[in-house]
Amino acid sequence: MPEDTSTPVLTEAGAANSVPSGTLAPDRADLRPENIQDAVIRLAGNSQDGIQTAGAFLARLAGRSDHDVMTYMTIPSTISGGPSIFQVRMGTGEVLSAGDEADFLVAFYQHSYQDHLDFLKEGGVLLYDSDNVEPNLDDRRFVYVGVPITGLTIEALGGTAKDKGKNIFVLGLIAKIFNLDAEKLKKLITEKFAGKDESIVNTALMAFQAGYAYPVGNVLTKHYRFEHIPKPSGRAQITMDGNQALAYGLIAGGVRYGAGYPITPWSSVMETLRRELPKYGGIFVQAEDELASVSIALGCSYSGYLAVTGSAGPGISLKAEAIGWASMAEIPLIICNIQRGGPSTGLPTNVEQSDLHQAIFGSHGDSPRVVLAPSTVEDCFYIAIEAARIARKYSTPVFILSDTSLATRIEAFDEPDLSKLMADPKPDLTPRQTFKPYPIDQITHHVPPGTRILDGKYPLLAGLEHDEMGHPTGSPKLHMAMTAKRRNKLRKLAEEIPVPEVYGHQEGDTLLVGWGSTYGPIHDAAKMAREQGEKIGALHLRHLHPLPNGLEKIFAKFKRIVTVEMNDQGLYGFGQLATILRARYCEPKIQSITKTDGLTFRVKEILQGVFPGEFVSARGYSPNRPVAGNGEQDVDLARSESIAQGVG
Amino acid sequence: MSETTTTAPPPAEAPREKLTKKAITADHPTWCPGCGDFAVLAAFYKVLEKRQLDHEKIVTLAGIGCSSRFPYFVNGHGAHYIHGRAVPLASGISLARPDLHVFLFGGDGDGFSIGGNHLDHGARKNINMTYFIMDNFVYGLTKKQTSPTSPIGFKSKTDPTGAIDQPVNPMKKLISAGATFIARTHATQVKHMMEMIERAFDHQGFSVIECLSECVEFFPDVFDPADPKKGGSFEVIHEKKWDNTPEDELRHDVTDELAAYKLAQLPFPGVFGVFFQNERPTKNSLEKKWIETTRDKTGGASDLELLQKTFDRMK
Repeated sequence: MPEDTSTPVLTEAGAANSVPSGTLAPDRADLRPENIQDAVIRLAGNSQDGIQTAGAFLARLAGRSDHDVMTYMTIPSTISGGPSIFQVRMGTGEVLSAGDEADFLVAFYQHSYQDHLDFLKEGGVLLYDSDNVEPNLDDRRFVYVGVPITGLTIEALGGTAKDKGKNIFVLGLIAKIFNLDAEKLKKLITEKFAGKDESIVNTALMAFQAGYAYPVGNVLTKHYRFEHIPKPSGRAQITMDGNQALAYGLIAGGVRYGAGYPITPWSSVMETLRRELPKYGGIFVQAEDELASVSIALGCSYSGYLAVTGSAGPGISLKAEAIGWASMAEIPLIICNIQRGGPSTGLPTNVEQSDLHQAIFGSHGDSPRVVLAPSTVEDCFYIAIEAARIARKYSTPVFILSDTSLATRIEAFDEPDLSKLMADPKPDLTPRQTFKPYPIDQITHHVPPGTRILDGKYPLLAGLEHDEMGHPTGSPKLHMAMTAKRRNKLRKLAEEIPVPEVYGHQEGDTLLVGWGSTYGPIHDAAKMAREQGEKIGALHLRHLHPLPNGLEKIFAKFKRIVTVEMNDQGLYGFGQLATILRARYCEPKIQSITKTDGLTFRVKEILQGVFPGEFVSARGYSPNRPVAGNGEQDVDLARSESIAQGVG
Repeated sequence: MSETTTTAPPPAEAPREKLTKKAITADHPTWCPGCGDFAVLAAFYKVLEKRQLDHEKIVTLAGIGCSSRFPYFVNGHGAHYIHGRAVPLASGISLARPDLHVFLFGGDGDGFSIGGNHLDHGARKNINMTYFIMDNFVYGLTKKQTSPTSPIGFKSKTDPTGAIDQPVNPMKKLISAGATFIARTHATQVKHMMEMIERAFDHQGFSVIECLSECVEFFPDVFDPADPKKGGSFEVIHEKKWDNTPEDELRHDVTDELAAYKLAQLPFPGVFGVFFQNERPTKNSLEKKWIETTRDKTGGASDLELLQKTFDRMK
């Protein structure tokens, strides 16, 4: 432990001794003041330290100040405690990914320091709790700022709260160092704890003030300026995480009923819906198991109210039979899968995109369904509305494939225009003269029970193969016709899905194709490669099943198509989306970059995968740094030799 | 569905005909001749005729099994769902649409084996529905395997030397799970069956009837000991009349859980009638209460205003 804890230890890369606060080392070119509009701050501690709360305040502040913001969080799967991080990237430009490397690392413990130093940029600042961390000050790559965070927090709060409040103390320190708007932050703190005991608000403000007043000095090697630049849309910014956006999107889409069973990382969607739906006259049921939850949701949907169920992979596996029934009986239903690392219990708190094939094919028999995937937190909101629209229009189960990364990260986005988005949830019980639930030549639209059928012939929903009235049949002709009917409605849907826009070059050498939460790093990678002169474009798919018509025209314009996916390359060397695209388009030039380290893609992992041997030193990336920290990662361009042939 | 347009008159204006057996009869049952389930279907038709329910509000649901084909034979709204999960399907319908009459039909495998967990939780939550279980002590649709209620020693294709597993006691299971209406009847006793169906239907909450319904193909004559026509004796539960007579002391108090449990202990064929019935708030009513309290606080705001208010807090 450093001996002198009363003043911050300030050591700089390239300088042998501490330099006084407030001055910058003159002998390094990169220490010249520079207006940087993008900063990555990583807070590393244990899960009970409330670093998510501190990080969320920073994200909120950025959102309120019209900055783009993106966060990244890992949580341990242990019940209480365990290492945890929260990373905030804020900037005035377009922030697409949470950042490969941090400009500023806050380490609460020795393990936080050891595990995360590799993520600190050269010349970056390490702010550490000198009560708990002993850094290697001989490593001259970084600026070291030691503050006895634990001791000062206890001192500031009078010792009753032990070291609780460290997070808010650090928030005060960061506010001072980055010259953030302290008044706005205090307002956010007051709002956050409003409604609780007044002493909690006061304690939090005291901790903040203590951190803010601490004479940490000017420790930054670069000058950060976050100017207030109003968004061109003129709309206010909303700050929330992906699971909240999904839940509120479902409400906007007219979903008023649902059922679920707790599982990480889906639980917070059901918690939000359980709390919110009664306001809208609806009910979200916590069921006894996953089979019951999908069945309850199907009951609600059948009764006329489009309903939602959800889970992560293990729970979706259990729901598979009932989802097959929804496909057979043609019931609208929304199924959210907040993917995590699999198979089995897998990596419960890590990210993976390995449930795409399960979503598309995961029931016995031919059971067509729709699969959508949101690309950002904002898109979680809009995709839920889209899922509800499709489920109703095509009377079909619709999957929303989100993941751990989207579920837990906080982003700021333009406030949606709700007046144009709210869907009417009410069932239509208008009597019918006559009604057939399964007309062979039309898309099924069920009438809910309670609807009078005046000719007296009531419809039945069946899991057995059925005739147009829903009654069982073993007729081979009818089974063929009904199988085709269930499949053809999704072909109809494919006709109306807009072809996504290509980002970057519209034709050229490489087209990166992604789905889900990899949107940010893929686009950042494409942008960076483009700046280096590569002819590269990026395409992101929100509609995965059915695929939009017309992708083949885009693919024809590129020499190679590379999907970027957080799943395994499988037996035949291709990620799950690449496998689908290869089957659909019979294009050998479709390849994939896959990885299964349970972490989100870093931009340089994508660049190294797409351009092996190049780009390793682009934009400050150190060529001798490991690609992903833990050696277990599996980043390779599947069959890179065949790509070379394909490029010719 | 909201997209549909129709020119039919609203329900209030369309003339309503008497609900007859003919109106509620659909496909001819696919059951084997002599199957006990025919009598159940007949009793159900009679109850519907007697009670003159609105035709469109009758919903029949089932899982998988011989008896679970039931909805195909009733002309009314309904669904034939997957094996064992009909209780949660019915729960969704019951919670979202309290205006409907939710009838659920199934067998012993569907209800006590694959769906056993759902039975317990439907009972515990006291979700409003009427659940009729046709218990034949055997898997009939798959041609004679041991069922959860097969007695020890029953020779089936999966127990060629006789069943060895302790069977489920449906009455005990339902009492301990917290069902609020629990009755037992016999498919040969149509009047008794009708009475049980009507009382279950009138009960607010999770009502379950176990009906011994013979599988003539794979477990014939098993219920004869309770059929007077076959030399057996149909022992009916005498419920308390609360008339302060000495005889009444010996009669069964349906609100007494322990007494019900004792009746459930009686050796086969046991007794028939209402074992247990009590009044406990349904999940339907508790959820409704929560909705009402929550909506009172919103001051009649529209859905749009409510969501906007939430988003304003997230700015």
